[in-house]
Amino acid sequence: MSQTSTMTLRGKGSLTQEELLALKTKMSAKALTKRRTQTGLRIAANVLIAFVVLLPLLYAFSIAFMPSSELFTTEMNLLPKNPTFANFVNAFTQVPLLRFIGNSFVMAGCITIGQIISCSLSAFAFSFLEFKGKGVLFMIVMATMMVPGEATIISNYLTVGSLGMLDTYPVLIIPYLTSAMGIFLFRQFYMTFPMSLYESAKLDGCSNLRFIVSILTPLTKSAIGAMAVYTFINAWNMYMWPLLVTGSNKMRTVQIGISMLSAVDSQSITLMIAGVVMIIIPSISIFIIGQKQLIKGMFSGAVKG
Amino acid sequence: MKRKKDLVAPYFYLIPSMLVFAVFLFYPFVKTIYLSLFKTNKLGQAKIFVGLGNYAELLSSASFRNSLKVTLIFVVIVVIGGMLLGLVTAVLCNKAFPGIRFFSTAYALPMAIASSSAAMIFQIMLHPAVGIVNKLLGLDINWLNDPKTALYCVAILTAWLNSGINFLYFSAGLGNIDESLYERASVDGATGVQKFFSLTLPGLSPIMFYTLVVNIIQAFQSFGQIKILTEGGPSETTNVIVYSIYRDAFFNYRFGSASAQSVILFIIIMLITLVMFRIEKKGVKY
Repeated sequence: MSQTSTMTLRGKGSLTQEELLALKTKMSAKALTKRRTQTGLRIAANVLIAFVVLLPLLYAFSIAFMPSSELFTTEMNLLPKNPTFANFVNAFTQVPLLRFIGNSFVMAGCITIGQIISCSLSAFAFSFLEFKGKGVLFMIVMATMMVPGEATIISNYLTVGSLGMLDTYPVLIIPYLTSAMGIFLFRQFYMTFPMSLYESAKLDGCSNLRFIVSILTPLTKSAIGAMAVYTFINAWNMYMWPLLVTGSNKMRTVQIGISMLSAVDSQSITLMIAGVVMIIIPSISIFIIGQKQLIKGMFSGAVKG
Repeated sequence: MKRKKDLVAPYFYLIPSMLVFAVFLFYPFVKTIYLSLFKTNKLGQAKIFVGLGNYAELLSSASFRNSLKVTLIFVVIVVIGGMLLGLVTAVLCNKAFPGIRFFSTAYALPMAIASSSAAMIFQIMLHPAVGIVNKLLGLDINWLNDPKTALYCVAILTAWLNSGINFLYFSAGLGNIDESLYERASVDGATGVQKFFSLTLPGLSPIMFYTLVVNIIQAFQSFGQIKILTEGGPSETTNVIVYSIYRDAFFNYRFGSASAQSVILFIIIMLITLVMFRIEKKGVKY
């Protein structure tokens, strides 16, 4: 009895030996088609959603190349029939767009560099130095993240107004020369280095500043990259503060300058959108170039939960 | 001598940041609270002490209560919409497939776009005569001038703007979920939907919580899109608190009342943050 059962079992085993290969190819073919349909479905869903997400941008690009007459039809006009660069050219002549772009670059550039310097200095003190009130000061810095900009913007406006600083570069830049988030981000990175790194540098006669510049900075390139991309884009896109403190075309940033085009007559819609496209391009380019840095810097350890 | 230097030196490194915080954050914050207790003149100087008078006036004014209601609806739509879009796109890019880099860039892209630029694009998309939205849907709605639709339009625009960074947060969160959990679940015969609700969502809960807090705070502070698209109208249906502050201070020159609104906004945001951290301690599974 027991012998027959083992026999049949063995028989079954040897039988499948040949069938196994056939079965295997059949199964893997099945799995392959299943995986392929899954990937196919995934791509289809992505194409659909990405189209919806990108629609405003695609539409803006399309209109920017459209002659004004083509926009004002009742027909469907997704793409320009006679694409033209006229809108871009006109945008430069109608408003001092170059000046706006220059202002924004100066503002965003200074804010970015300033934040990187001030935040890395503070983060260095918070991670490597010992001093009285360190814990309390750090708590205070973190607490500033809870104060919404709107809670301070009126008083800030009154302050810079009474100092006669309205409509200047410093007033656009100075209030944003540091950020609690930046200090937190850099500190998070510095804390991963052992204290002995700092101590041995000190023993070799390395000053604190040299330690920051020639040891910490090269080691935290990804954090600096992330911070630079994030800060620059946010500064470039800033709206409320520049709106309040700039009063002349000489000082307006791109966001304020271009949004003033929207008040002009409806004939200039295409021109306005061409302007919008031109001021979106710098921030998008920086984002695409710096995306990897940004993700690496922001999410390595900082937000792991 | 050296000891003394060591005692003082650390503070030097904090001076740049602390100076900026002191002048443009701590001082104005205290000054805002101070101003909120006064009636001011047109230059924003405190003139008549009214105590909590500004607050009492606000809380009994129909306009401010409307602002609170509008802000609440706005924040709910923005947070739910923005997080949902971020989550869906992150799940779609959760597994490698051809073209994933293009799609993940596309989904994160809204975070690089200014609220004012986006507002101007939406202004044309929603244009009653030439806008693509009416054309695609075959409708004839004046989206931004209709009290029924205006708030939804600015809210959806804001949700779209915020979805980019939410995509990054959720992608990072999904990357932290152990892949072998999914494999084991598959072996046990779990369906995709089951896996999503019993593995993906709980695995995301720490980052979900963080994202939620950030989104709520951000939504409360939206300004540029409302300034450009609706200026608080039609009939105050989009007059969120931040816009109401702006209008009171810089059009009506009622700096005292505007400061009181800023303080109320701060208190609301702080309370929500504190309550959420309370809930987090109980609810989120790590």
